[in-house]
Amino acid sequence: MNPRILGSSIKRILSQLRHDRRTIGLLLVVPVILLTLLYFMFKDSPGTFQGIGLIMLGIFPFVIMFLLTSIAMLRERTSGTLERLLTTPMGKLDLLFAYGIAFGVAAAVQATVAGGVAYLFLDLNTKGSVGLVITIAIANAVLGVALGLFCSAFARSEFQAVQFMPVVVIPQLFLCGLFVARDQMVGWLQAISNVMPMTYAVEALQEVGKHAEATTTLWRDLGIVVGCVVLALTLAAATLRRRTA
Amino acid sequence: METAIEVRDLVVERGKRRVLHGFNCDIPRGSVTGLLGPSGSGKTTLMRAIVGVQIVKSGSVKVLGEPAGSKGLRHRVGYQTQAPSVYADLTVRENARYFAALYKGITAADADAAIEAVGLGGASNQLVNTLSGGQLARASLACALISRPEVLILDEPTVGQDPVLRDELWGQFRAAAAGGTTVLVSSHVMDEAGRCDRLLLIREGNLIADDSPAAIRTATNSEDLEAAFLHLIRTQQTLVAS
Repeated sequence: MNPRILGSSIKRILSQLRHDRRTIGLLLVVPVILLTLLYFMFKDSPGTFQGIGLIMLGIFPFVIMFLLTSIAMLRERTSGTLERLLTTPMGKLDLLFAYGIAFGVAAAVQATVAGGVAYLFLDLNTKGSVGLVITIAIANAVLGVALGLFCSAFARSEFQAVQFMPVVVIPQLFLCGLFVARDQMVGWLQAISNVMPMTYAVEALQEVGKHAEATTTLWRDLGIVVGCVVLALTLAAATLRRRTA
Repeated sequence: METAIEVRDLVVERGKRRVLHGFNCDIPRGSVTGLLGPSGSGKTTLMRAIVGVQIVKSGSVKVLGEPAGSKGLRHRVGYQTQAPSVYADLTVRENARYFAALYKGITAADADAAIEAVGLGGASNQLVNTLSGGQLARASLACALISRPEVLILDEPTVGQDPVLRDELWGQFRAAAAGGTTVLVSSHVMDEAGRCDRLLLIREGNLIADDSPAAIRTATNSEDLEAAFLHLIRTQQTLVAS
């Protein structure tokens, strides 16, 4: 990796985002609207909102960054910019890390806005710190980026790319413990749930909700999420070929 | 004459189709070489092989003495793809400065100079997705010129440009070659061929002529190169038939 190339690529990706005001608007406003909707849905059982609202702070960045990255990377592949980049001194890791960091920054802003609104106006309470919630949200966003970079290799068009979203995201959403507690699932569902990274992100958020101090389980879970990021980036690097047919 | 690009027995298949059938050519250093042929004849595939992004079945491609696509070549070779490969959601200047930043020792001033060189100075703060087709192609060309590469591979850089501008662009290719750069330009427009030092005529993945425009005119006894190209194709077909 080369710091100059990495830095300028991060700047380039953020500039692309900056020119797209509507995307920035959607990025910041949509999670807030959805959280508000949940808040009013569970107005009569605030305990439920405390659980779901907290988990959503981790799920939004994952889903949104997955979508943004898979489309952005698909565009690099189809517009020829990727082909051009690969004839320059840029390394594959420069490009992958640039996406991870740039969208990680965007996710940090998004999580701060959504978290701020949830804590200040929607009565969200956690025993642990807001900082930890945002850290987990960023880790989740970067996981979404890494999986998006990987999945974009298997899509030929934007139509295909968006359809990877339900494939990658929805099973994780179903099995992460949001709808049915994991210990109430049958064995084979629990086994699937055990190998899905979102499970650990959700568990980490629940730990922040229940405990004032960061627990060992939380650090272990965060470690697993980061491990999955590294794995997904490695797989993504393997799909980036300088030479193509 | 020193050779900048050496292609030996190059065979490339794309899908099930064989695009290049044992292609051979030598491109001299510091010259403007035109790669001419109808669309679908294998021009882009040959250029992709030269910049090292094409999977090849067999044969070898050497650029400046090194295998095509090797790490050492990446700051010495500039490539403009046929589709304008620039970021549509950035301005012309942001694109140029980004591509400049990828090369060691190339500055923002070099990026701005390249924008001026392709005549986009007035549009440098414009978003690329608001440019006309011709401007878009020039924005992409600017990004290939920025690093002042020793070898410039340009895939149909003058398509859709107005005649005055096309003339200026050819002036720049000539100036680059005079400075020692090896320029390979593809085109399917025959009237550009006369501006090259050397021509490679390619048809259906085979090289049918490799000579200076004047020599090709003399050999085929034709005034214009379009007619010369036709003559060469017909001779070849007669040879195959007999």
